[in-house]
Order: sequence, then structure tokens, then C-alpha cells
Amino acid sequence: MNYRSLLFIPGNNPGMLQSSDILGADGIIIDLEDAVALTEKDAARILVREYLTTFEPRKGVFIRINPLDSPYFYDDLDVIKDLKITGIVLPKAGVEPMTKLEEYLDEHDLDLEVIPLVETAMGLETALEIVQVSDRIIGLFLGAEDLTLDLGAKRTKESKEIEYARSRIIAAAKAFGIQAFDTPFTDTDDIEGLRIDTKNAKDLGMTGKTAISPRHVDEINKAFSPTEEEIDYALRVVEGVKAANEKGLGAFSLDGKMIDAPIIKRALNLLKTSGDYKEEYDELLK
Amino acid sequence: MAKGKLEIKKMATAGSVESNDILIMISQGEGDIEIELESVVEKQFGEDIKNVIRETLIEEGITDAKVIAKDKGALDFTIKARVRACVQRGVEA
Repeated sequence: MNYRSLLFIPGNNPGMLQSSDILGADGIIIDLEDAVALTEKDAARILVREYLTTFEPRKGVFIRINPLDSPYFYDDLDVIKDLKITGIVLPKAGVEPMTKLEEYLDEHDLDLEVIPLVETAMGLETALEIVQVSDRIIGLFLGAEDLTLDLGAKRTKESKEIEYARSRIIAAAKAFGIQAFDTPFTDTDDIEGLRIDTKNAKDLGMTGKTAISPRHVDEINKAFSPTEEEIDYALRVVEGVKAANEKGLGAFSLDGKMIDAPIIKRALNLLKTSGDYKEEYDELLK
Repeated sequence: MAKGKLEIKKMATAGSVESNDILIMISQGEGDIEIELESVVEKQFGEDIKNVIRETLIEEGITDAKVIAKDKGALDFTIKARVRACVQRGVEA
């Protein structure tokens, strides 16, 4: 599944947990890490477990566990290992934490997806290696707040200081055909700022964005959804490819523009996002 | 399934008085389970809430405890979770 939006839900907040299904996000990340006070880690684990065993879990439920260098990493995993969730968000991702997580998941034969949260300089520079640790990884997630702290960079709304990090995460993700999730926009009241920030991230190549406020979900979903014009164009590209293939033509033009493999690929990706993709399109690029 | 019998060794609390939550305080009892409840929905659901607390305590192996609960509209999953967390904290020496 392609996630346009992933919304953080604090793990020790019953009100947010019980309404998490109706907030419009493609996926949720139940947080056992930063959103939970050190004195409440035990209570949050129990609450999340009780919630997920009481209600039929929706699709796209991830849990952000505590990092490997905390005392809670294995406690978190032990509590969630038999829950019906989609996957795990691994904070402070690096090759070693990802390897330890992979070992645990293998040992317990767990069919869970993993999203490494890259938020350290080392994590960023080893993103390609992290992805290669596990086939369970479905996307890379850039955590800009901790990363800029680690880099000694000033965090600004313009986000110029994370352009390199965004591009590096995007390149590593695209190299392995997985998703690239952007850092949350932290000013919950500034919807115009969110709009600009999301557009910047999408224009660089991010495929989805995380959110810490339900108020941001609609804007993010909108930004990462193709417009009707884009879908129409993609369908015309696909029809053009089918017609060209039937005539035995290698290339063709549409609206005066030469259509080649990257444009076809982009059109197919867009149709996957919009839900207009058909199985028969698999043959088009062969 | 009920756990083996456990004993509350120290006073403990779990939960909060935020909306949709419940604050549970547990201490050693006087031979049975005694529950004192204050709830925004006491009139409608007071007995149900007490039953959930009592049943969860028994599931956790507690048959002797005094519980003070301040409820702010918690659903059953939250009540159970807070009781379990409270017991876990109260049985630790």
C-alpha cells in the first residue's frame, strides 16, 4: 500500500487512540517513544496492547518503538510481537539497530513491515546500507528535528537546511523502489506553511508525509493525490503506449512531446497512486 | 485467564484525569476488593465501570485491594489498561 499520510498517535493517550480510525490518515504511527514520558512507558505499552486487542485493527497501523540504545527496545517488541499490526517504525535508524530488529523479527517469525526513521547524521549517510539489511523495509522516513540537532543546524520553516537530507533519503528509497516519507511539519496552526513545506518535499520526490496533528492530514492527502488532469494525461500516455506497441512502434508522441520510458514509468506510478492502475499495464514496459 | 494470586505491596497509581482516561489508585485492601468511584457518567455506567475494574483485578490475580478511581469517560479498554498498569506497579516490591 502507498501511504500519502502517516499520522502520529501518542501511545498513552486513550482519546487519540480511540478516534485514530476516523482522522483520515492513510496510516497511523502509534508512538511509544517521544510522545510518552519515561515514567509512563509501561502504562503506554499496556494501553496500546489493550486497544489493539479490543478493536479490529485498521490497515496501516505502525508502532514507533523506543530506540535500540534505550532500555525499552526489547520490552516494546515483546509487548507488540503478537499484535495484529502492519509494522514498526524504528527510530534512530542505523545499520546496527536495523540488524538487531531484523534478528528479533526473524527469531519470532514476525511478518511485519518496517519503516526506519533516519534522524542522525550517521543514519543519513548510511541510508542505502540500512535499506539493504531487510526485505521488510517499505519506506524510509526522514526525522528532521533530531537530525538538525545532530548536525548542529538551525531548524527553520523554510527547511533549506534539510534539502540535502531530503534528497539523500529520496535517492536511497527510490534506488530500492520503496517509499520516502517526509518529516512532520511541526507548527500545527500554520496550514499555509504546511502546504508550502509539503509541496517542496513532494517536488523533490517524497512520496508521503508524516503528521503530528490530525489537522494536517487532509492537506497532506491532497498534496500527494494526483489531480484529475494528471490522471487523464497518464491514461492517455498508457493508451498511446498500447497503440504504439500494437503498431510495432518503439516511440510515439503525445501533444507534440516524445513519450519515452521515464514518462511511461511516471504515468504508471501515478496511476498506482490514484488507484487507476490495471494489471494489464504490467506488460507495457517489457 | 486469571493469573496466580498476587498481593498489592505498595500504593500505586496509573492513568490520568484527562478526557477519555481514568485515574486508578490502588493500595492494600482489608480482605476483599473495595472500589470507590467518581465518574462523569457514574449515574449511567457506575456499576459497569466498577465491574470492569473488579474483573480486571481478578484477571490480574488480585482479590484484596482498595481502589479509588476517578473516571473521565474512559472506554473499557482504557479502564482495563489502567488497572493492569496500576497492579503491575503495586505488586513490585
